[in-house]
Amino acid sequence: MIHRLLDRFGLSGAFYGVLLALALLVPLLNLAVPEGSPFHVSTFMVALLGKYLCYAMLALALDLVWGYCGILSLGHGAFFALGGYAMGMHLMREIGPRGVYGHPVLPDFMVFLNWKELPWYWLGFDHFSVAMLMVVLVPGLLAFAFGWFAFRSRVTGVYLSIITQAMTYALMLAFFRNDMGFGGNNGLTDFKDIFGFPLQAGATRNAFFVASVAALAGAYAIGRAIVTSRLGKVLVALRDAESRTRFIGYRVEKFKLFVWTVSAMLAGIAGALYVPQVGIINPGEFAPAASIEAVIWVAVGGRGTLVGAALGAVLVSGFKSWFTGVFPEVWLFALGGLFVLVTLFLPKGIVGTLMARCGGPKPQAAVKAEKAETEKRALEQGA
Amino acid sequence: MQRRETVMKQFFRCVLLALLLCFPAAKAAMAATPAELVRELGEADFARKAEIARELAAADAGVAVRVMDAMIAGTFYVTAEGRGVVESGGTYTDVLTGQAVTVADPYGLNQVIANNRLRRDLRGLSASLSLMSPDESLRRSAAQAAFAAHDPEALESIEQALAVEKNGAIRAVLEQARANILLQGGEADEAQKLSAIAILVSRGDQEAINALMRAAGDDSAKVRTAVAEGVETIQSSLAYWAFAQNVIYGISLGSVLLLAAIGLSITFGVMGVINMAHGEMIMLGAYTTFVVQQTIESSAPALLPFALLIAIPAAFLVSGGMGVVLERGIIRFLYGRPLETLLATWGVSLILQQAIRSIFGPTNKAVSSPAWMSGSFDLGHLTLTYSRFWIVLFALLVLAALMLFLKRTHFGLEMRAVTQNRRMASAMGVRTNWVDALTFGLGSGVAGIAGVALTQIDNVSPNLGQSYIIDSFMVVVFGGVGNLWGTLVGAATLGVVNKLLEPYAGAVVGKILVLIFIIFFMQKKPRGLFALKGRAVEA
Repeated sequence: MIHRLLDRFGLSGAFYGVLLALALLVPLLNLAVPEGSPFHVSTFMVALLGKYLCYAMLALALDLVWGYCGILSLGHGAFFALGGYAMGMHLMREIGPRGVYGHPVLPDFMVFLNWKELPWYWLGFDHFSVAMLMVVLVPGLLAFAFGWFAFRSRVTGVYLSIITQAMTYALMLAFFRNDMGFGGNNGLTDFKDIFGFPLQAGATRNAFFVASVAALAGAYAIGRAIVTSRLGKVLVALRDAESRTRFIGYRVEKFKLFVWTVSAMLAGIAGALYVPQVGIINPGEFAPAASIEAVIWVAVGGRGTLVGAALGAVLVSGFKSWFTGVFPEVWLFALGGLFVLVTLFLPKGIVGTLMARCGGPKPQAAVKAEKAETEKRALEQGA
Repeated sequence: MQRRETVMKQFFRCVLLALLLCFPAAKAAMAATPAELVRELGEADFARKAEIARELAAADAGVAVRVMDAMIAGTFYVTAEGRGVVESGGTYTDVLTGQAVTVADPYGLNQVIANNRLRRDLRGLSASLSLMSPDESLRRSAAQAAFAAHDPEALESIEQALAVEKNGAIRAVLEQARANILLQGGEADEAQKLSAIAILVSRGDQEAINALMRAAGDDSAKVRTAVAEGVETIQSSLAYWAFAQNVIYGISLGSVLLLAAIGLSITFGVMGVINMAHGEMIMLGAYTTFVVQQTIESSAPALLPFALLIAIPAAFLVSGGMGVVLERGIIRFLYGRPLETLLATWGVSLILQQAIRSIFGPTNKAVSSPAWMSGSFDLGHLTLTYSRFWIVLFALLVLAALMLFLKRTHFGLEMRAVTQNRRMASAMGVRTNWVDALTFGLGSGVAGIAGVALTQIDNVSPNLGQSYIIDSFMVVVFGGVGNLWGTLVGAATLGVVNKLLEPYAGAVVGKILVLIFIIFFMQKKPRGLFALKGRAVEA
């Protein structure tokens, strides 16, 4: 049946369908079904699923650059966290005089640090629209500046991966500092409400869940629009043979820069939706390990598929939630093993493998490129 | 030496004799033994106590210093039998012998108390006695104490000591002490003060600045300008020393970076394999050191000072072995797919971390330093710890050994052949698969050796490797891939730049600035300082 549905609507249709079902069913099962019922979805579960969807969006953003552009970013968590901080700053301002110290303007941690007034970069965050603008603008600008320099000077491959990792590492160190004005070690937390709706309330949680579903659907639509356009063809071309694409006459750095910036903005939005649902943002989100974990989501789901990235994020995070609850000691073994096994035995990821097996739409050129690489290697080996 | 000491002793007796002649009452008691004098201290009044102290000084300087210091501190007692004891934390030592004694009845002790006047007398006497002591280290510390105290009353004893002191270094301190006193006092004339300032300037440290600043309000304008100039001179020379000290810290940090990065410059630089588990190879080396030390401690304690040396080959084997397993088991399937290699090795690093955490626990393990690595030595105004010094040396040694290995051995030749042109090397009969595995093992083994050195300056914890991985990559990328000289220059540059930035920007911001610097540097030279040229670039 799945086969037939896939044939009828394609993978995208199936994805939109699943998202629509989620957006309708989860709030319904949470609000309309009484708590004792086996079909009831707890409010905690709603927030958890919302969190997974934010991860899915981050993975989708990452897949856009890795799967279609060949840029393995080990620092996408930075864009995610920056979006999250922008949202967190708005939520902090919403607290107003209800903080522990009761200061009319300053957040608690600033009062604690004896700050007298709000730093200039906190101004305007009391307006939701400004905060939302920053959610997109800050990661976008950082990515643009970073990409401008990196792509223009043709930093590629693992070099790029390593400097993206250095970027997120540097940001982590910076955000750990108290005098940065972002709450230092503890980050931003103790949020109260948004638009006057308490964050802890079930209805608000459901609203955020639906918003996350909508954002993910929107991100997917943007991603599909990019990769199915002529631009997308150029992206795949430069991923598989960058020099050749350049020689044909395309300014590859411009294409890369565009996708890179869009991807960072999507990651920022994902972070902004993530923060109110988990109730905290701290510098830990900048940790290089967090960004690499996002990479494994994409690898598990299947890079160069978009749907696979989202699926991988939900599967791996769900697995992590369950696993760390049951065997907290061995989680790192499991995660490490996942990295090794997926790269060795499932290079196309779940969705990529399934698509190849079902004979569905071609699982993008990722596989082809891989084959070419393996052949090249075999030639070099003289085998 | 022996003769000088006797001369000193004789002179010192003469001086004391001269002192004693000022006190007629003392003459009668000249013949009294130290034991009698100590017994008498129990009953004497304050004036008599001062006299007894002087007599004691003439009879036995060592005992006298002990008695006087204890009296100043209020810890000197005379027992019922008339023996003098010094109390310290509930235990007693006999002042005459310096041996620990048990006191049967602590409540029967008679405390020898001193008033302020007596204390001042005793202090002066004790200081001048120490200044004349035959023991060089005692004289040195007494001179330094005299400088720090700059007590005008000590001037006389300092002058006396200067008259006989032969040791140049101690003489210098004494002169500085005299200069310090003369500069504060009102009696000295302008010329004396000016020469005092010159002496203090030649001392050239923060204390000298403090001493000069105390004379900043002098009546004479000439002295005031001299003080201002002197302070400026010292401050600028101190700034140079601070700079030099930072450079040394930087070289030390650079040597650590070098150790951490050498292995990586082989696996990443030469083979092109990006090994995110490199930090864990360092960590394995550190834990091997810990295990070796524990084993030696329990089975052959005599070898303990050499535990680190024994750990070096052990760590090389453990980490190198792990490297070969990693290459054969995982990496060889991923050649030509650098991004996948990165992910798989990251997975391996997680597994290794958790494995170590499960076996050894999450807490830091203590690896002790052998005696020859602890302590520090001074070089001008610089302080160097021996452990840092040895690590710098060790890092250079490892680098040199590795270069020799690559240039002079058959395996090194094969290794270079395979990296330069795999197919041709293969056609010439080189077993490229094995060269790959052993090269990777070599790089990992060198990382293990780095781990041995890092136990001396860092915590041995499962996260040890994590803190070095990004820095190591930075060094290799900065220095230029596939070039050991580049790694050396990269490590030294990053270390020194980091430490020079630290005083201005703080440790964290300094590090961030360095990262930003590298990111910008890579714009200019995407392939590092010492880029490979020709065909290798596109390989």
